[in-house]
Amino acid sequence: MNFLLINFFLISLLLVTTFFIFKTTSLISVVALTGAFTLLCSAIYVNLDAVDVAFTEAAVGSGISTILMVMAAAKLPEGKKNKLINLFPSIILAVAISLILIIIIANLPLLGDPSAPIHLHVVPEYLKESKDFFHIPNVVTNILASYRGFDTLGETIVIFTAGLGVIALLTSNTLNRKTNFKKNKKNER
Amino acid sequence: MRDKISSSPVLSVVSKILFAPIIIFGLYVQFHGDYGPGGGFQAGVIVAAAFILYSMIFGLSKGETLVPIMINRYLMCIGVLLYAGVGIVSIFLDGMYLDYNVLSSDPSTGQHIGIILVELGVGITVATVMIALYHSFASFGEINE
Repeated sequence: MNFLLINFFLISLLLVTTFFIFKTTSLISVVALTGAFTLLCSAIYVNLDAVDVAFTEAAVGSGISTILMVMAAAKLPEGKKNKLINLFPSIILAVAISLILIIIIANLPLLGDPSAPIHLHVVPEYLKESKDFFHIPNVVTNILASYRGFDTLGETIVIFTAGLGVIALLTSNTLNRKTNFKKNKKNER
Repeated sequence: MRDKISSSPVLSVVSKILFAPIIIFGLYVQFHGDYGPGGGFQAGVIVAAAFILYSMIFGLSKGETLVPIMINRYLMCIGVLLYAGVGIVSIFLDGMYLDYNVLSSDPSTGQHIGIILVELGVGITVATVMIALYHSFASFGEINE
C-alpha cells in the first residue's frame, strides 16, 4: 500500500513538472525543471528497488547533465522567443504515440511477476551462482564488470568517443586561437 | 556573471569545505561498488562534480591549473587503456579476453582484482571526460578577440 501511495505521489509530481516544463519560456528554468524531473525519476527507481540505476540517474541525469545544459544555455544569445507554431500536427502525433504506449502497457507483465520473461532467461543463474563464485555481494557489479564485461568496455569507449567528439568540436578551435595568439605575440617581439 | 559568483564569500567558503568530502565520497562509491550500490560510472561523475564545482566558483583558469587540459586528455585515454589492458593481460595469462579468473591463482581473487581494475578504468575515463566536457562548454567562445 505504501509502495503504491509513494509511486502515485511521485508520478503526479512528475506530471506537474512536465506541465511546467511545457509552460515555461525561460531556458534556465526549463533546464532546472528537467533536473527536477530526472531527480523524481531516480526517486521512482529507488521505490522500485533499482538502487544502482537511481544512483546513476541522480548523478548523471540531474547532476552533470544539468550543469552542462546550464553552461550551454548561458552561451546562447538571450531574448530570442519562439514564434507561435501550428500545434495541431504535434498534438496528433503525441496522442497517437501515447495511445500506442497505453496499448503496450496493457500487454506488459505485472510489476514483480516472477514468470515475466526477463526473470526466466539468465537472471536466475546469475543470482544463484554469482555470490558463491565472486564473493561480491552486489550482483549488479558482477554482471556489469564480469558477465557483461565486454558490453561495459563498449560503454566506456562510447563515453570516451563522446568526450573526444566534444573536444574536437568545441575546444580545438579555441586552443588553436590561443596558440596563434601566442605565435603572433612572439612574432611581434 | 562569473565575477559576481567568485566574489561571493559564501560560495567560495562552502565549495572549499565541500571539495574534499565530495572526492572522498567518490572514492567510497568507486571502491565500495562491490558491496553496495555504485561503481565506476557513478564515482567518476561524483569526482568530476568536485572539480567542476571548483572551476565554477573560482573560474576556469584556476580549474585548469588544478587539472591541466593535456593531463586530463591523457587520463581519458589511460582509463580506456586500463580496461582494455586487463583484457590483454588475461589473454597473455592463457585466458580469454576479459576473463578475470586467470589474473590470480584463485579464480575468485582473480575476479576481485579484475573487477576493481576495470571499474577503476571506467571511473578514470568518466571523470576526465566529464571534466573535459565542462571545460569545452565553458571555454567555448571565450577567446574571440
